[in-house]
Amino acid sequence: MSYVVEMLNIRKEFPGIVANDNITLTLKKGEIHALLGENGAGKSTLMGVLFGMYQPEQGIIKIREKEVKITNPNVANHLGIGMVHQHFKLVENFTVTENIILGSEPLKGIVLDIDKAAKRISELSKHYGLNVDPHAKIEDISVGMQQRVEIMKMLYREAEVLIFDEPTAVLTPNEIEELMKIMRNLINEGKSIIIITHKLKEIKAVADRCTVIRRGKGIGTVNVKETSEASLAEMMVGRHVNFKVDKKASTPGDVVLQIDSLSAKNNRKVMGLKNFSIEVRKGEIVGIAGVEGNGQSELVETITGLRKVESGKILLNGKEVTHIPIRERIESGIGHIPEDRQKRGLVLDYTLENNMVLEVYNKKPFANYGLMNGAAIKNYAKKILENFDVRSGEGGVSIARTLSGGNQQKAIIGREMELDPDLLIAVQPTRGLDVGSIEYIHKRLIEHRDKGKAVLLVSLELDEILQLSDRIAIVNNGELIGTVNASETNENEVGLMMAGVNKERNI
Amino acid sequence: MRNTIVSLISIVLGLIAGGLLMLFIGASPIEGYTYLFQGALKNIARIGDTLATATPLIFTGLAVAFAFRTGLFNIGVSGQMLIGGLAATAVGLSFDFSRPILILLMILAGIIGGGLWAFIPGFLKARFNVHEVVATIMMNWIAYWTVYYIVPGYFKGEFLETESRKLAEGNTLRTPWLTEMFQGSYINLGLFFAVIAVIIVAFIINKTTLGFELKAVGFNRHAAEYAGMKVNRNIILSMLISGALAGLGGVALYTGNASSMQIGILPSQGYDGIAVALLGANSPVGVFFAALLFGILYSGTGFMNAMIEIPPELANTIIAIIIYFAATSVLIHRLLNKFRKTRSNANDVNGPVGKKGEA
Repeated sequence: MSYVVEMLNIRKEFPGIVANDNITLTLKKGEIHALLGENGAGKSTLMGVLFGMYQPEQGIIKIREKEVKITNPNVANHLGIGMVHQHFKLVENFTVTENIILGSEPLKGIVLDIDKAAKRISELSKHYGLNVDPHAKIEDISVGMQQRVEIMKMLYREAEVLIFDEPTAVLTPNEIEELMKIMRNLINEGKSIIIITHKLKEIKAVADRCTVIRRGKGIGTVNVKETSEASLAEMMVGRHVNFKVDKKASTPGDVVLQIDSLSAKNNRKVMGLKNFSIEVRKGEIVGIAGVEGNGQSELVETITGLRKVESGKILLNGKEVTHIPIRERIESGIGHIPEDRQKRGLVLDYTLENNMVLEVYNKKPFANYGLMNGAAIKNYAKKILENFDVRSGEGGVSIARTLSGGNQQKAIIGREMELDPDLLIAVQPTRGLDVGSIEYIHKRLIEHRDKGKAVLLVSLELDEILQLSDRIAIVNNGELIGTVNASETNENEVGLMMAGVNKERNI
Repeated sequence: MRNTIVSLISIVLGLIAGGLLMLFIGASPIEGYTYLFQGALKNIARIGDTLATATPLIFTGLAVAFAFRTGLFNIGVSGQMLIGGLAATAVGLSFDFSRPILILLMILAGIIGGGLWAFIPGFLKARFNVHEVVATIMMNWIAYWTVYYIVPGYFKGEFLETESRKLAEGNTLRTPWLTEMFQGSYINLGLFFAVIAVIIVAFIINKTTLGFELKAVGFNRHAAEYAGMKVNRNIILSMLISGALAGLGGVALYTGNASSMQIGILPSQGYDGIAVALLGANSPVGVFFAALLFGILYSGTGFMNAMIEIPPELANTIIAIIIYFAATSVLIHRLLNKFRKTRSNANDVNGPVGKKGEA
C-alpha cells in the first residue's frame, strides 16, 4: 500500500513548549485518517507543519514517497494538499464562484472568465455530490453549505490530500450526516483525507485509521474498526473516561429566572425572538434545543443585557431586570459563558490573570479605592486556572491569545463558575473541547445545579442537551415550540420539535 | 523591553538614512550629526532650549498614546492645544491674581479647554458612532478659526493684528530661577508639569481600575461590554483625558515657550504627538524619551544649518524616516526573530497555536 503523506518523527518547538515531540503520521491513499487529541495536544501544530505554516525542527515529510520541504502554504497547495479551516475564509458578499476562484482567476484575454469557472464548479459539484449553487452569495447560504464551498475550493485546485480542521464543530446533526457522505464520496474518487477532531463518534463513523497524540507526543495509530470509543478516549486522555453523565434526579425549588412573553430583534432588525416565555428554577438545568440561529442568541443576549428588549419582562429571583445595566445583572447573580469566546468572553490581548477578573476587577480585594491589587488578582487567577486545568505557556501571565481554543474556553468557564452565580447561562460550554474536558465541565455544571443554583444551557449538540438537562425547551424560528422533561423524551422527538413540529405535549 | 529595542533600532536606522541623505547632498554626515547634537546639547542654555522644545511634545505624545490605549485615534491634538492655549492665555491676560493662583487657573483653563474640545468628538463617537478621526480633524479647523476670530477681536497685540498681547512676565510659566540656572534658556515650569503628567498617566494606565477598563475597551469593546463595563462612558472619558493633556501641551507652548498666541497656525506639535506616541510604543515613559529625542532633533537643526550647508528640513526628514521605521516595526520584530532563532521559522514566535486567535 502506498502512502500519500508520511510525516516521520516530527518535532516542533515553540518558546517554552514542545508542541510536537517525535510524532509520526502516515496517510494511505484513499483513506480517511483521523487525528485525535485533547485541546492543545498539538494537532493543529502538526497540521500546520504539513500545510507549510511552520517549519519542524526535526523530522522528514514525504509526499508520494518523495522527501519535500514545505516552506509555506503555497508550496503545500502545489503538492496537492488542501485545508478546510475551522473558521471559513470566505468573502461574505461574493458569490460561491468568485470565492472559489479567488487567487487563481481564469482569464479570457484580460477579462475574468466567470462563466467558465462556474461551469467547472457545477460539474465538480455534481461529480462529488456537493450540491453547491455556483451563483449563490456566501451570506445567503447555510454554514454547512459554506463548508462545502471550502471543500470545493480545494477540489477546484485539484488537491489530492484534504485536511479538515474540526469540520463538524459548526454543523447541525443533519449537516454532519451530509458531510460524512461527502467525505466517503471523496474517498471513492481517490482523494485522501485527514480529519482533525476530538469527537469519537465521528471517528467511529467515518475514519479508517486514527492517530492519537497526547501533550505533544504520538501515542500511536490504530485501525478504527478494531477499537472502541472508550479505548480511543483512554488513549487520548491517558486515563479512563466516563461517558455517561452521572446525575441525581433534580429537585427544583423557587423560580430563579422568569421570562414573560419576551420579544427582541435580531441583527437584521427583524424579530428574532417572539413572545418567548420560560422559567428556570433553583436546582434544575433547563436546556434550550434548536438549530443554530433560531433565537438562542437573542434569548441569551436579552437576559444578559447585551441586547435590547422590545417587549416582555425578565425577572431574576422575583426582581425585574429587563432594563437594568449589564453590571447590575452580573452583580445580582447572572453568570454567562458566552457563545463567542473570542469576541465576548476574553480580552485576547490581556493576560489570563486580567481576564480572570474581567467582571470583578473593581471589587475588593482586587481593587482598593480604584487601585488594582496585583497580588490578589494573581492568587485568584491561579486558583481558577489550576482548578480548571487551563494549560498555557507561562501560567497566569500568558497572553490569552496564545492559548488554544479549548483552554480559552476552560478559563472562561472557570471564571464564571468562580462567581457562583444564581443563574448560570452556559452557551455551547463544551464547544471545541475534548472528551476529558467535556466530562469535567459537565460534572461542574451538575454540581452547580446540585448546589441549588439554576442553569440555562444552550447547545447545538443534542446529546449534550439530552444528557445534562432536566427540562428541555425547544426553539424554532424564535418561538418556543414546547417544553419536555428530559427523562421522558428522546432524540427523535426533540429533533422533530427542532424542525418546528409541535407535539402538543407542553408541560 | 522588546518595544524599546525596536524603537532604538528605528532611531539608529533613521539616523543612518539621514546620514546617507547628507552624503547625497555632498555634506559629511559625521560633521552634520556632530553639529546637530552640539546645537541641541552643547551648553546648558541649549540643553534648556531642547528640553523646552520637547515639553509640548511630551504632552501631545501622552495625549495621543492615552487615547490610543482605549482604541481611539485622537488626531485633533492640535486643535485641543489651540483651545487649551487660548483659554490659558485669556485667563492670563484678563485676570490679575497673585502668581501661584493665576498659574493654577491658567493650567485649569488649559485642561478644561482641551478637554472640552476632545469631549465633543468623544460624545459623538459614543452616542452616534461618528468616527473620531473625522470629528477631531473637523474640530481642529473649528479651533483654528476660533482663534483667528477671538485673538484679534479680544486680545489684539500692541503692534500686530495677527498676534495676541504678550502675557506679563510674571504671568507665564517661565520663572527667573530656571532661566538663570539654564543661562537664559526659555525652559519653563511646563517641563515639570510634563514629568508629573507622565507619572500620573503611567499610574492611571497601569495601576488603576480606570486604566484596566480603558485598556479593556481599547482591546476588545465587545468583551468589555460583556463584562459590564460602560463602553461609551469610557470612550468619552478617554477622549476627555486625552484632550486635557493636549490642552496642557497648549498651555506649555503658548504661555511657557512663547508668551503670546499667533493666528493662522495649527501647531505642528499636535501631529508630532502621533509620531512621538508611535515611537514611544504608547507607553508614558517611552513617550517621554521619544519627545526628548524629537526635541534634540528640532532644536539642533538651526545650529547645524548655520555651521554647515545642510538644510534644516533634513531634521524633519530624519524624523520622518525614524517614524517610518517605527511604524513598520513589524519588520524589525521579524528581523529580531531571525537573529534570535536562526534555526526556526520567523513566523513561529506567535506560540503553539497555529492560527492564533481562531482555534
